[in-house]
Amino acid sequence: MAELNLLEAINQAIDEAMAADERVYIIGEDVGYRGGVFRVTDGLINKYGEKRVIDSPLAESIIVGSSIGAALYGMRPIAEMQFADFIFPAFNQILSEAARMRYRSNNEWNVPMVIRAPYGGGIHGALYHSQSIEAFFTHIPGLKVVAPSTPYDAKALLLASIADPDPVLFLEHKKCYRLIKGYVPDAPYTVRIGEADVVREGDDISVIAYGLMRHYAVEAAETLASEGISVEVVDLRTLTPLDKTTVLNSVKKTGKALIVYEDNEFCGYGAEIAALIAQEAFEYLDGPVQRLGGLDIPAMPYSAPLENEFMPTPQKIADRLRDLAAF
Amino acid sequence: MDKQDLLADYRTMLLIRSFEEHCQQQYTRARIGGFLHLYVGQEAVAVGAIGALKPQDHLVTHYRDHGHALARGLDPQPLMAELFGRQTGTSKGKGGSMHFADDAKHFWGGYAIVGAHLLLAVGIAYGIQYKREVLGQDDDGVVMCFFGDGATNGGEFYEAISLAALYKLPIVFLCENNEFAMGTPLSVHTAVTEIHKKASPFMPGERINGNDVVEVREKASAAIEHARSGQGPYFIEAMTYRLRGHSAADPQMYRTREDIAARRSNDPIELLKQKLLDEGLLDNKKAKKIESEVEKEVEAAVKFAEESPAPELSEAWDDIYAQPL
Repeated sequence: MAELNLLEAINQAIDEAMAADERVYIIGEDVGYRGGVFRVTDGLINKYGEKRVIDSPLAESIIVGSSIGAALYGMRPIAEMQFADFIFPAFNQILSEAARMRYRSNNEWNVPMVIRAPYGGGIHGALYHSQSIEAFFTHIPGLKVVAPSTPYDAKALLLASIADPDPVLFLEHKKCYRLIKGYVPDAPYTVRIGEADVVREGDDISVIAYGLMRHYAVEAAETLASEGISVEVVDLRTLTPLDKTTVLNSVKKTGKALIVYEDNEFCGYGAEIAALIAQEAFEYLDGPVQRLGGLDIPAMPYSAPLENEFMPTPQKIADRLRDLAAF
Repeated sequence: MDKQDLLADYRTMLLIRSFEEHCQQQYTRARIGGFLHLYVGQEAVAVGAIGALKPQDHLVTHYRDHGHALARGLDPQPLMAELFGRQTGTSKGKGGSMHFADDAKHFWGGYAIVGAHLLLAVGIAYGIQYKREVLGQDDDGVVMCFFGDGATNGGEFYEAISLAALYKLPIVFLCENNEFAMGTPLSVHTAVTEIHKKASPFMPGERINGNDVVEVREKASAAIEHARSGQGPYFIEAMTYRLRGHSAADPQMYRTREDIAARRSNDPIELLKQKLLDEGLLDNKKAKKIESEVEKEVEAAVKFAEESPAPELSEAWDDIYAQPL
């Protein structure tokens, strides 16, 4: 058992997958000798060589498109987007090709590809280095979307994603890379795709979150505990497929729900959770289902106070929880 | 190069033509819906080039894919059933005209986002190279990727040829230059109308007569062997002409009847027929026999499609993930 940060856990997962299966390779911008801009792929090229750790052209469409082709041909590519914001040139490949391949081919073809994408803000990245992208991709049947928040979950879920026979978008919150540390077992263990985790039990309100927001939610819950309000926090871990049971069980117990996500609030992933709760747990509710998302402005601003204004923070979450508790 | 069987090629070209004419009829009768892009006039490209492929080779193509599927030897019956939206179609009725697929024949399908499939073709070629160089397995397959002149202006075209050249991948890019990007003439849609020149900084290539099945076969064979021998990608620009509209519902305002009539003298099927007659490989009696056989084969495909069941409604939910969610 070792204490690792999030990026070390991800590095370990890639390393183990590549050691276990020669069909696994990683392709992306500067993933080789540079070790990735965040150093997630550090050391891998020395171990596995240039054929399996590929410094690609700066062209996301071919990074993903060629990975789809190689996956069709039986390989297990990991395509790294240097920043999630850069994924959009490849959007067509993901939506129109990867996610539809099994469906269009009479189940004869599949795309066992993982796209890794560092997302999220709070790091002063501004317009093209801060965004959350999940709402675009959770809208696509045929694709799975995984968004772990801890080293323990990240390692196991990345291994599960690489082993998965279908395409997976694996979202890594870049502010968590070095900030979030945790113990990761030395022995093999599994976390299944599609299972949420109740990371803090409580009785009065449920917070549904993922990524960095799960950590902020826990922080807010601890603040509220000192005020006598008991908050349960559910970390979704996987966005598609959604673990509806865990979400609904929590809300049925507490009767109140706040969904926290960093993406633009309007039409964001949290809207789907709110609809789910409204449809399937209506009679258990003691208050309106609430959402706290990022601001509905075109991009995360650079300036620190403006960026802070954009992001849901532990303080903002705590404020919303107090309101909801008082309802 | 294996010896070209010109009579067999003639038969396949006729099969494609007849298949397409029947598609038009069935579309007019509303038994085929949606969008139908016929391959009439371009048959020599598919038959010549695909005839040069070996069973281990791969084919990725654009939405005008009926001719390529038939040239690769896919059975007309499931193809027609796919067009009719039936359960027995190549994609169980989910794909339709532009998305034929057949795993056993390495027919990786037609794709209807213009230019997007070039990247998949490059990926399959990368898979072949990876299999050889990393996994240490035998694989001398080559990918042939078809696209039209209209696909060569978008960014994905350049991403594809750039990476293929960089890694010396076993792939042949085959541009069917039929002089129109849908309804927009070549000179209106691109500054470089000799399309092979767009790829020339990256790989060898040439412009060929796409209406001469003998020339296509010869040039495609050389290109495939170039790619197979580890010398990297090759680019062929096959000049041809689409004798029908872009789609079955195209009023063709961008050209006149006279324009089309003038091109009929260059119909690849007529050219080949004349050659076979001149060389004594065919006589009128034999020609009629082949035509009649082909007609029967396509009629049988239409009958098969008509008699096949529609998909069950529950099948909408099949084949999304390996394990249903």
